Amino acid sequence: MTPLLEVTDLATHFLTRAGAMKAVDGVSFQLAPGQVLGLVGESGSGKTVTGFSLLRLIEPPGRIVRGAIRFEGQDLAALDERAMRRVRGKRLSMVFQDPMMTLNPVLTILQQMTLALRAHGRLPLPRIKDRCVEVLTLVGIPGAAGRLDAYPHEFSGGMRQRVAIAIALLHEPSLIVADEPTTALDVSVQAQILAEMRDLVGRLGTSLIWISHDLATVSSLADRIAVMYAGRIVEQGPTSQLLRRPRHPYTRGLLDSLPSRTPPGRELPHIPGMMPSLLALPPGCAYAPRCPRADARCAAAPEPTALGAVVLRCHHPLEASAS
Amino acid sequence: MSAPFLVATSVSKRFSQPPTWGERLAQRLRNRGRADPPRLVHAVESVSLSIARGEVLGLVGESGCGKSTLGRILTGILPPTEGSVRLDGRSIMDADGRRKIDRRVQMVFQNPYASLNPRIRVGRAIAEGPVAHGLVPSHGARAYVADWLSCVGLDPACAGRYPHQFSGGQRQRIAIARALAMQPEVLVCDEPVASLDVSIQAQIINLFLRLRRELSLTMLFISHDLGVVRHLCDRVAVMYLGRIVESSPTEPLYESPQHPYTRALLASVPALRLDESVVTFRPIAGELPSPLDPPSGCAFHARCPLAEPRCLAEIPLLEPLAPGRDAACHVAAARIAAAAV
Repeated sequence: MTPLLEVTDLATHFLTRAGAMKAVDGVSFQLAPGQVLGLVGESGSGKTVTGFSLLRLIEPPGRIVRGAIRFEGQDLAALDERAMRRVRGKRLSMVFQDPMMTLNPVLTILQQMTLALRAHGRLPLPRIKDRCVEVLTLVGIPGAAGRLDAYPHEFSGGMRQRVAIAIALLHEPSLIVADEPTTALDVSVQAQILAEMRDLVGRLGTSLIWISHDLATVSSLADRIAVMYAGRIVEQGPTSQLLRRPRHPYTRGLLDSLPSRTPPGRELPHIPGMMPSLLALPPGCAYAPRCPRADARCAAAPEPTALGAVVLRCHHPLEASAS
Repeated sequence: MSAPFLVATSVSKRFSQPPTWGERLAQRLRNRGRADPPRLVHAVESVSLSIARGEVLGLVGESGCGKSTLGRILTGILPPTEGSVRLDGRSIMDADGRRKIDRRVQMVFQNPYASLNPRIRVGRAIAEGPVAHGLVPSHGARAYVADWLSCVGLDPACAGRYPHQFSGGQRQRIAIARALAMQPEVLVCDEPVASLDVSIQAQIINLFLRLRRELSLTMLFISHDLGVVRHLCDRVAVMYLGRIVESSPTEPLYESPQHPYTRALLASVPALRLDESVVTFRPIAGELPSPLDPPSGCAFHARCPLAEPRCLAEIPLLEPLAPGRDAACHVAAARIAAAAV
């Protein structure tokens, strides 16, 4: 099957006075139609910048410095802004972390959705209303027809995020990039949205990139997981395989630091130190200073290597036995 | 379990929300000059709890349930509207019930970016309290600060630096050192790991485990993260809309939650999916009601799968169901009573 999205050697750098900050540096992955990819990493790992790069939402001093983003037969990285605007929001849309920041507080829900719909063609108002009610119902907003004239502040956090998801769905895009969409929400609301999201992508056949720092949330949704560290994907593969038999020491370290995997009261096997500054990355493998398996070879950057179904960047992968 | 150490007795906290200018005008016109009574936010409603010496109590609940307000009341930062807080038999408030006089309860806040003054060097931030309270003479402060910094795993040479020179995890360590330097007997931690990354979170959890062992601290650990609470706490209290709905030793609570809300909350936590199985979510229907206008009877009744007519009318009290296990639920109490017959 031809992939819907094929990202090759994507690099997004922020050119600051202190030097080039390599937020994303050589990211490659593919996504099949209808597939859900979980993009996991800690803050500063480049997962959000990767998502923003796909939609070309990077603003100066940031710039996509190399790489290709092949999506539905076009290279998004090479499109001019006019052509990009025809794709963005139409074929490819985004859901952001904080629904309070993404919805305009002085426009009603209907006004905002009308803007999104008319950005890609003219539609008569009754048709717009029908479509809005349709998608709002789809994302589980009860009595949608009666809430069209409400303002964002009249919705709770969970409902606001549902509205944001509904706006992303308006044009039936083939890919949605969701950047930590449930992080700002309570667990009970998060569970509602996760259940609805999984149901939606299954029904509509939309592909989804779910960006999150939380492995557990991602694992309940994603077919494949890509783990990012300091601007690179260090390991990617099918969800269950990656979580059951992590091959990269960082993936293993992340999994081990989850409290649910250690008996209560026992010390957690934590990763020492912290992520290096993106302005001063160590030469070679960025994880080497924190890695228990690092040696002299790690001074050279490991290239992505396929090991069975997983692709990883590591000179000393862990054994394939169960963790 | 030893004798209760920190005890809160029917503590309530209500915040009044002053009407806006427009609302005031509307009220005047409607009521011919008289204003309506102020609207009250029932943040905490008649909560009683006790923590034994050396015990770590977890306080869990969703945002808006009043757990942070309760934490602040127990620390003495907020005076309760009703009820009292006693530490080792002595009130933590002044005789006039206003000013906090006790240094024996200290607090670690959620956001280490907001809780440290950006213009004060961390050494001074840590030394300020202990010097003011005469725990250490000002000429001995430098060594005192160095001790506490190394206790939380930081280089003592950091004392001369400013907060912005530290990462989030390091700042949280500084905030913990600052609280511990007051030599408290009770440490109240309000979501201390919520803003940290997974790998850093594990480091701070380990720090709490070690401090607890070495200093035999009594702690109230407020968190929305049920996994972290299970790992750290001896006992857990679950809050919903200002009230404690269940309180139990940790393991039994996670094994067999009694209150329907606790059960639903635990079922909402996503678990790591290690096989090809499809995860079934059982999310709680609906949303947290407004504390401005709490529902009648049991606050959970509108979302509860087990609700009975009685739940709409009568507020369930926190009652013991088994030794050490309390729940505020008519249905659970009736079930236990039926099983006992």
